[in-house]
Amino acid sequence: MSSPTARPYGPADKAGTRPALVYEVQKVMKFESELNPHFGEEVAQKAHGERLFACIQCGTCSGTCPVSHYMDYAPRRIIQMVREGFEQEVLTSSTIWLCASCYQCTVDCPKQIKLTDIMYALKQIAIARHLYPKNFGVPIMAEEFFKQVAKNGRNNEGKLMINIARRTHLLNLFKYSRLGMKLFATGRMALFEEGIENKEQLRTLLRGVEKTS
Amino acid sequence: MKYLYYPGCSLKSTGKPYEESLKAVFSALKVPLEELRDWNCCGATAYMAVNEVKSFALSARNLALAEKQGEPAQNGMVQLVAPCSACYAGIIKTQRYLAENADIRKRVEKGLSDASLTYSGKVQIRHPLDVLINDIGFERIKEAVKSPLGARVACYYGCQIVRPYAAFDNQQAPASLDALVGAIGATPLDWPMKTRCCGGSLVGTIREVGLRLNYLILREAEKRGADLIATTCPLCQFGLECFQPEVNSSFQASVRMPVAYFTQLVGLSFAIPEKELGMQRLFVPYKKASIGG
Repeated sequence: MSSPTARPYGPADKAGTRPALVYEVQKVMKFESELNPHFGEEVAQKAHGERLFACIQCGTCSGTCPVSHYMDYAPRRIIQMVREGFEQEVLTSSTIWLCASCYQCTVDCPKQIKLTDIMYALKQIAIARHLYPKNFGVPIMAEEFFKQVAKNGRNNEGKLMINIARRTHLLNLFKYSRLGMKLFATGRMALFEEGIENKEQLRTLLRGVEKTS
Repeated sequence: MKYLYYPGCSLKSTGKPYEESLKAVFSALKVPLEELRDWNCCGATAYMAVNEVKSFALSARNLALAEKQGEPAQNGMVQLVAPCSACYAGIIKTQRYLAENADIRKRVEKGLSDASLTYSGKVQIRHPLDVLINDIGFERIKEAVKSPLGARVACYYGCQIVRPYAAFDNQQAPASLDALVGAIGATPLDWPMKTRCCGGSLVGTIREVGLRLNYLILREAEKRGADLIATTCPLCQFGLECFQPEVNSSFQASVRMPVAYFTQLVGLSFAIPEKELGMQRLFVPYKKASIGG
């Protein structure tokens, strides 16, 4: 490996040293045997988005995404990494959780690839395998939301916020207390959990759609 | 003709002023709006991240209930009004996938029949903006205007009203809300953030990112001299309005921008009392100029 100061790359730290380009490359360098050659097909199938393989790597998705600059891999790269089988990197990336489902990439893609659905598929796989940091809010919100709706048929926003805070950082409860009080004062927070009447019907339905195999 | 109304969870809590003003405006226009009985959550974006077919099943139950409760309009379809953009897009997405994907359809149909429900595809999802403009029409709206709004309004459509499906407006450059705002005597501003994502639930999960997305929209509206932002979605309204103190402290800004539901603005122009429109529930108060336009 060459010396870290060989090539300037990225912002300098306080001492003026810049991280070397070589590190950046090594981050994603893998031998073929370490990749999952079936990952692309698995994801495409899950997203009903077999068009994944039609991607021409033009980068429209990354350019149009309002949060791509926060991602470790922008959408264009994620698509290519999925196809190449970088399973671990993709499933542990920040990208899939930053996607807010605004569908800008999906409507702008010149090859009509449903990128938002691919992101959903990746979230589903990552949640099923518990591949996310312990206190990370997005999947926790998704899980809490899922549980609440499966149980009551409706989502209580106040309770959802409390449960997320409980599982992420209890300090968040204080952070949001100003907001919570204000919502309450303006009558915009439902205090009591309001579920649907026919919960049994909903449960039967949700059981019924589960795959029978 | 009767419209069925699907509130979704938000319009019963954080989006309460949306529900109040929607009902007030429809009643002022003498358009019947009846709440869907025993509706359940649409699944929003969070459910989809955990289990796709179950999220479709949630919407399928609402569609089945609507088909049973409603009466078909002239086009043979029950009209179901979904004011929240996440519900709106989520239910339309369910309909598309049920129509296009045989495997999903089979599984959802099995679940429905287990639960003694049926859905035969005879429900049309409508956004209230669509109903106001295309069913009720500008003529009737203009007739009902008693006190023109006379404000400079930044019309914010958000994502999911035009994406991924644009049922009643131009996907890249929507104009329906601007036209409505013009019809009630206000000035719609030309600005580039109409359909730019507000980040949705990111303000609650990855705060820094969510705040920044909201800030970009607020800053642009302020720069263009808007008196207020008009929204069509409870989540956008929540993020843009309720997090302004956090936005200001994160970006050393001093934004103070009222963010109101478009139905509230229509109601104000109809001279409906502010209380009936839930104006007192806004964190950043908006007071209509007394001179009018």
